[in-house]
Amino acid sequence: MFAVIGLVIGIVVGIAVEPTVPSVLQPYLPIAVVAALDALFGGLRAYLDGVFDDRVFVVSFVFNVLIAALLVFLGDQLGVGAQMTTAVVVVLGIRIFSNAASIRRHVFKA
Amino acid sequence: MRQVRHRDRAAADATSADGPAGAASTEPAAVEPTSAGARLRHLLFRRHPSWVHVLIVLLCVAVGFALAVQVRQTQEDTYATMRQDDLIRLLDELSVRNRELTEEGVELRRELSELESGSSSRAAAQEAAEQQARVQGILAGALPVVGPGIELVVHDPSAQVSAPTFVTVLEELRNAGAEAIELGGQRVTASTWLGTRSGGLLVNGVEISPPYTWRAIGDPQTLAVALDIPGGALASIRGAGAAAEVRQLDRVEITSVRELEQPEWATPVPADGS
Repeated sequence: MFAVIGLVIGIVVGIAVEPTVPSVLQPYLPIAVVAALDALFGGLRAYLDGVFDDRVFVVSFVFNVLIAALLVFLGDQLGVGAQMTTAVVVVLGIRIFSNAASIRRHVFKA
Repeated sequence: MRQVRHRDRAAADATSADGPAGAASTEPAAVEPTSAGARLRHLLFRRHPSWVHVLIVLLCVAVGFALAVQVRQTQEDTYATMRQDDLIRLLDELSVRNRELTEEGVELRRELSELESGSSSRAAAQEAAEQQARVQGILAGALPVVGPGIELVVHDPSAQVSAPTFVTVLEELRNAGAEAIELGGQRVTASTWLGTRSGGLLVNGVEISPPYTWRAIGDPQTLAVALDIPGGALASIRGAGAAAEVRQLDRVEITSVRELEQPEWATPVPADGS
């Protein structure tokens, strides 16, 4: 419950404050957001599966975000930034879908 | 190991929340839900925050914040998230398009100035033509005119004055710079002819009778003096036995006009003279 409220608060604050993303972070923010979403879905699924662990969630959340950003950074340095971004987004998208399917089975029993 | 930790924490939460020993709090299964639906409800309504939960909430706040910021950023600035190659391609396209539009603008501006000069020269030509038509109309006697001039009344009850005498008067008036002349209500122009008939005169074939009235527009002083010179026009009129009276006027109105006829025989010589 608090997590959902926190999400909403974050969105509201983000809309209200209208901050400018530093240009250094600009290529990595979207990937980080997608990775964080993936971690959120994974956490929800783990919770519904009964295997949720706070510590694991926090660590995996931070780690996923960092890894995703690092991959894109590496891709940029190697000159394959666009492709790397696509690859990371595809992988995270697949994970989000499978997690969402698992959550759906739990919630709707279908 | 994870399961164990879960149970421990759940038990600890339960005891801390419920205080001294309820029956439910000693049984972990009652607090830790087993089905997914129960877990979901438990997730939404449980009340046992710890520092990890605070951290999770903070992470969620951060995710929401980043999400909103990124969405806003993407909406307000499309180019910020684009790659360098795409930006270069876009820049190339833009510069090509810009060059095309600039050329088109130059072309259109040139056309506009051509049209403007054309219309202004046409307007000037039209004004010149109107001016010309005015001058020609006055000279050819096609327009009613008004201006300072003289009025010469010739009292000749016995019709003694002949056409040649009046031709002399006409020549004197023209000599003195008369710009428009009228005799007996007939406009006198370059093609006017005078004839003698019994009891009067003919002007352009129209019979006129005494007293004859000349009206001429020009410098009144000059015209009067020119008519009055010794041995001149007035002298010959008086010599013919008629009485003449000249009045200098500030305003002489000549309303009679002549119809202009198309020249039947004469055509202009071509301008190049060949």
